[in-house]
Amino acid sequence: MTDMRTPLGRVRGLGSAKDGTMHFWRQRVTAVANVFLITFFVFLIISLQGADYQTFVATMQNPLISVLMLLVILVGCYHMKLGMQVIIEDYVHSEGMKLMALMGNIFFSSFIALASAVAVLKISFGG
Amino acid sequence: MVQLTLPKNSRMGEGKVWEKPEGATNLREFRVYRWSPDDGRNPRIDTYFVDMDECGPMVLDALIYIKNNIDPTLTFRRSCREGICGSCAMNIDGTNTLACTKGTDECTSEVVKIYPLPHMPVVKDLVPDLTRFYAQHRSIEPWLKTTTPQPEKEWLQSHEDRQKLDGLYECILCACCSTSCPSYWWNGDRYLGPAILLQAYRWLIDSRDEATGERLDDLEDPFRLYRCHTIMNCAQACPKGLNPAKAIAEIKKMMVERRV
Repeated sequence: MTDMRTPLGRVRGLGSAKDGTMHFWRQRVTAVANVFLITFFVFLIISLQGADYQTFVATMQNPLISVLMLLVILVGCYHMKLGMQVIIEDYVHSEGMKLMALMGNIFFSSFIALASAVAVLKISFGG
Repeated sequence: MVQLTLPKNSRMGEGKVWEKPEGATNLREFRVYRWSPDDGRNPRIDTYFVDMDECGPMVLDALIYIKNNIDPTLTFRRSCREGICGSCAMNIDGTNTLACTKGTDECTSEVVKIYPLPHMPVVKDLVPDLTRFYAQHRSIEPWLKTTTPQPEKEWLQSHEDRQKLDGLYECILCACCSTSCPSYWWNGDRYLGPAILLQAYRWLIDSRDEATGERLDDLEDPFRLYRCHTIMNCAQACPKGLNPAKAIAEIKKMMVERRV
């Protein structure tokens, strides 16, 4: 089909979404949070190197460590979801594929986040 | 998905090797992209030898030499020959720049390769179709917008506020930056690109303009503005030494400022 719209009509398209800033802001906030959270996570893994099962469980049952671990998971997964969304919007151009990929991204990130969070909670509540 | 290979009818082939000018001792080889809408052939790369003793120092001089002395069918845009009109923007030696301000001796590779601005439809040879680029410029309404009744004389502006336009007003809309931007290559139909966003910022930051909020509303869009991922090709390419990436970052700051 020949597109006979004027160049300006095409550029204006469906207009501005008046959105995107919250995505930008949240990506920055989670990035800053991750600087601290991932540092904590790396130190935790190093400090638990060679530890036996009981020590590991006892460490994870420390409320402060549980909370920080939950933050690592939730903030990390949210940051992952935001980043992947940008990549999909950049490179996937067929509208159908894009919608599927964006939805899949949300489902995948949510599942990973919740599954990991449940694991942490289960250990920290002594399950 | 993004297409990583050129469509079949855009793939380049080897073109004609034109004769060396007789009696020349100081030759420089130029390989130039050629395509004509009239012959139904794929693009090709023609090779020309320019007598640098008979030719001015800039790449544009060499192109004019080729057109005058070797091949009058070579097509390119040029006008001011001093970096103010932006007509002769093209990809020279791997970077988008102005042929009139790029010295042939600045080209690092022995053979000077010249292509049209990347990822734009080609009209002929080195002439890209910038229709959409100009429409995008029109879409940001690049003029002073006010609701206060017109003053009897000019709209006043302090020296400090005028200085905020430095580094922005110099943009000549040559499109070197936008066509160097991968985000603009992949999403140029929705992303406005560095040149247009720099122009948009020029009006956002103008102390005399009264439509800042509406301008920000129009730009606040995941595609129009937020496709910029600070790749910085724009700042590297700009033949006027401007920094469109910084202007875009300033727009993003304004967006956050009015929310947070």
